[in-house]
Amino acid sequence: MATLASRGATASHDGDAGRTLNLTLQVWRQKNATSAGKMVTYEAKGISVDMSFLEMLDVVNERLIARGEEPIAFDHDCREGICGMCGMMINGIAHGPERATTACELYMRHFRDGETITIEPWRAKAFPVIKDLVVDRGAFDRIIQAGGYITAPTGGARDANAILVPKADADAAFDYAACISCGACVAMCPNASAMLFTAAKVAHLGHLPQGQPERDDRVLRMVEQMDVEGFGACTNIGECAAVCPKEIPMDVISYMNRDLLRATRRKDREAKTSNE
Amino acid sequence: MAATVALYRTSIGKKTVMAVTGIILYLFMILHIYGNLKVFEGREKFNAYSDYLRTVGNPIFFRTELLWTIRVVLLVSVILHIVAAVQLTQRSVASRPVRYVNKKETDATFASRTMRWGGLVIFFFIIYHILDLTLGTAHSGTYQQGDVYGNVVSGFSHWYVTAFYLLAMLALGFHLYHGVWSMFQTLGINRRKYNRFFRGLALVSAVLIGGGGCVVPLAILTGIVS
Ligand code: SF4
Ligand code: FES
Repeated sequence: MATLASRGATASHDGDAGRTLNLTLQVWRQKNATSAGKMVTYEAKGISVDMSFLEMLDVVNERLIARGEEPIAFDHDCREGICGMCGMMINGIAHGPERATTACELYMRHFRDGETITIEPWRAKAFPVIKDLVVDRGAFDRIIQAGGYITAPTGGARDANAILVPKADADAAFDYAACISCGACVAMCPNASAMLFTAAKVAHLGHLPQGQPERDDRVLRMVEQMDVEGFGACTNIGECAAVCPKEIPMDVISYMNRDLLRATRRKDREAKTSNE
Repeated sequence: MAATVALYRTSIGKKTVMAVTGIILYLFMILHIYGNLKVFEGREKFNAYSDYLRTVGNPIFFRTELLWTIRVVLLVSVILHIVAAVQLTQRSVASRPVRYVNKKETDATFASRTMRWGGLVIFFFIIYHILDLTLGTAHSGTYQQGDVYGNVVSGFSHWYVTAFYLLAMLALGFHLYHGVWSMFQTLGINRRKYNRFFRGLALVSAVLIGGGGCVVPLAILTGIVS
């Protein structure tokens, strides 16, 4: 069992300046979606401890290109922990060993000199590998399309404060809205379940007045889509919340379950009264 | 009704079935373990108690009617609990066709990781337990219909019977430690502010029910009850 270091409990930078690491990487290489992949070993020498994990991969890729080899494909965009593109399994843990940290914000100082690091793509039927470490997370988009939105007239911007939101609800909604759809929760879950992600979206809109009119349909449709995509069934193990870079808590799953059960009861009651 | 049927088709609906049947079985276990303790009152009282279970509810219910009603409810609960578990497990296995070369665990507990194995142990235990002490067909001593006290004492005079019971109770304890908390989570009752309470309740349940199940076998092993 590995333990995740808590945020902030990192080695001091002082005395680290100029320190470099010699690492061995074992990386999943897969040409395309249909070809078989395998783990390939690379030496990564002279890696500065101040590099991020992705910068380390950039350096390795530059050397691969210089040797005329195909660089390691990985997803990334913002490189500041807000876009959710950069997921990968690092030493068996989604986004690596630091809590509340995306791979792009993971620094090499958390690794030991001489260490062997395994790097694998997210593994889930719903997240097929496209190439090397890049997976297709379109399943998440389709869950959002199923109900993770509100219907509102577009046009001129509304006045601020036209709809009042209690502070506590605004804070809660904001916490859940922090989900960056990175997929780490699915990747780490022993069941490859997408409950934490889906629940974060349901809870985000469920805490706001704008989310109320479609609240029942939202949860019914999103859960249905989650199942259609082939994600596994949650057993409340909690690996998801442990690796979530945005620290979405486990009880959000309970929140979604309650919404789903209530929506089901209401649908049945409506059907009954319309039959009468 | 249509929405409820649709709910069962979802993974969360099946989890709900597991939680509800889990509550039924959990409440039964509390009564069962509590009833077991009557063995300390001696042969006469214990046998009278077991006979009372057959007449309970009389005269509204005829003899063994309520007992059989409860047995049917329990049997249906066990079947639904297992069917849902199997369906959900199949879904989860299918959801990760390619496994990781290196996969670690962070917040998983021994209990949460072994729910399925523990469930399997408990399933075989229930079958054996019924054959052993309810039907008597798998009883390791001389089984006498009606002398529940004597059957319990003679059954647990074999160390391997006692050992299997203790192992099953250990499995049950772990199953409850994760299951009881998970039940509140699945039914949408858990919240951040109650989380510690439900974790605590699960721990207490695991210790009292799992441990409680060990009391009678251990009492016979140590000669306190003979
Ligand atoms: S819930 Fe957390 S781990 Fe899952 S997709 Fe959102 S940010 Fe990533
Ligand atoms: S690259 Fe955007 S979160 Fe890592």
